[in-house]
Amino acid sequence: MATGTANLSTDELNEMARTIRRDVIMQTYAAKSGHPGGPLSAADYITALYFNYARVDPKDPDVEPRDWFIISNGHCSALNYALLARRGFFPPGYLLTFRSTGSGLEGHPNRLKTPGVDISAGSLGHGLSIAHGIALGSRMKKLDQRIYVNLGDGELQEGSCWEAIMAAAHYKSDNILAMVDYNDVQIDGRMHEVMNLRPLDAKFATFGWKVFEGDGHDMDEILRLLDDAHDAMGKGQPVVVLFHTKMMKGVKSYEDDHLWHGKPLATDELCQQALKELGYDETPQQAVESYGDIETARGEYHKLMGWNIPMHRPHPPE
Amino acid sequence: MVQTWTKRWKFELTRKAYGETLVALGHENPRVVVLDADLSQSTLTKFFAKEFPDRFFEMGIAEQDMVGTAAGLALEGFIPYLSSYAIFITGRAFDQCRQDVDYMNTNVKLAAAHGGISVGKDGPTHQSMEDLACMCACTNMTVLVPADYHETIKAVRWAADYEGPVYFRLGREKVPMVTAENTPFERGKGHIFIDGDDGTIFACGLMLSMAVEAREMLEEEHGLKPRVVNMPFLKPIDEDMIVRCAKENGPIVTAEEHQIYGGFGSIIARVVVENHPVPMRIVGIPNMYLGSGEPYDLLEIAGLTSRNIANKMLEVLK
Repeated sequence: MATGTANLSTDELNEMARTIRRDVIMQTYAAKSGHPGGPLSAADYITALYFNYARVDPKDPDVEPRDWFIISNGHCSALNYALLARRGFFPPGYLLTFRSTGSGLEGHPNRLKTPGVDISAGSLGHGLSIAHGIALGSRMKKLDQRIYVNLGDGELQEGSCWEAIMAAAHYKSDNILAMVDYNDVQIDGRMHEVMNLRPLDAKFATFGWKVFEGDGHDMDEILRLLDDAHDAMGKGQPVVVLFHTKMMKGVKSYEDDHLWHGKPLATDELCQQALKELGYDETPQQAVESYGDIETARGEYHKLMGWNIPMHRPHPPE
Repeated sequence: MVQTWTKRWKFELTRKAYGETLVALGHENPRVVVLDADLSQSTLTKFFAKEFPDRFFEMGIAEQDMVGTAAGLALEGFIPYLSSYAIFITGRAFDQCRQDVDYMNTNVKLAAAHGGISVGKDGPTHQSMEDLACMCACTNMTVLVPADYHETIKAVRWAADYEGPVYFRLGREKVPMVTAENTPFERGKGHIFIDGDDGTIFACGLMLSMAVEAREMLEEEHGLKPRVVNMPFLKPIDEDMIVRCAKENGPIVTAEEHQIYGGFGSIIARVVVENHPVPMRIVGIPNMYLGSGEPYDLLEIAGLTSRNIANKMLEVLK
């Protein structure tokens, strides 16, 4: 498959986002561990970006030129993996090995273990600096590449982010498009109450960035914002889109609650409730089975990575 | 009291070797790029900046951003050398060194200037006594302390041909040019600088010249001839050399311009104790801050002198 975009319709994008939300829930259910909140708030706009704008080749992740896709808030790994699986980088059945011993799908993305993961993120505040280095390199090589970076709003409390924001504007790195998952929630509560960063738009603007802001869940508005943001690229300023979102969007009972930042849908009850509200009428067991035989997927993944190691048997349940 | 080194050696700056070699590399290898954080006048990356302004990135007083940006440039296929003072690269930017360079295994060369207490008058906030312990604890890092001007040239050149994270430490002051252009230099290998069989002195950096003087004192005053081994590579450490010297010569003295905790001596001690225990003394900074002053005064107060190395060797040879 050559480098390109998936070109989905609005309905298809909404349906893909729903699939991805389900993938996130099932990963945390299988692992009994992980972060569902951020992935669900970012799912809509990130799906739109990754399927309809990012020019990538799932069969050749490191091809040059291509667009880079960096999720700086690495705890949203379940989202990253779901996107990659659905875009064709590896079999979706492998998703259920998330966070298990020996799996390439580590708790936070590892560039060296998962095809399509561009940086090993996890410690907040690093992704934009690395993205900027890639952007500078890309420009020196005169490549037509866009560097996409997703940032958490809480993550922006890390001062290192602002060093990168300062530098990208200083160097006029206009091949960067950053997105902020502006859900106003973090582990200890509402972001503006924990450590206020508002007004975010003004902060980015005075640092020299071109700012767009809007609803992160209405697919038509998302596409409009992304179109405008892309038109603004290449004009001497890096671009950021602040997407207003709700943590755990898609599961109405759990929406907007900071407790879901890092709480996996570990029990059958939590998982089933979430699936039901997403519109899936199935038990967690049925959902698990729908991913197919995990060992087959594991074998395919190991082959993809060239890993000649015996397949690791998952830790038997207590 | 100022320690005087014998007058036979010429003295030169290791950072001058760094700055000059970068320019030569810049001409030979288009992948080489350089970053600095407002210290290019001292680290002497200014030579490269003048010659290749499009390949030099001034990052301002933002070391964390500098390290992350270098990692990004490495991901795009460049060979970035970055500089600041050792204390700032490994102190302030340790998370980036560990996550973006070491863990992600990016091809970044951390050129740490002004290592050790010979930084002198700026005082302890600028004197790194802990950087070697930090960097040697990083899994993928190659760590080296070149002895002098000639060895620094080799180190800078070697780093460009080696794929993987590298940390090398330069000083502030002019130090004796002890090695020659044809002195052997190989990753993970120590080199017998002066042979002998009354114990062994292992040294790195400017302590090599003091080890040579200590040997002369012991020979003249007591008829003793300890072997002097130059170990520019702290990681990977030359275990074979250490074990061989312990077996052949018995007692060992190590010498470094670094804390006794976790540094050169500590690394060698582990190898000795595990393979062939012999009496040892570690000459290093004895868990104290040295204040501000003439570089060689500070070295003397910390016990980093030829005389002290000689005394320690007498202790263990008894």
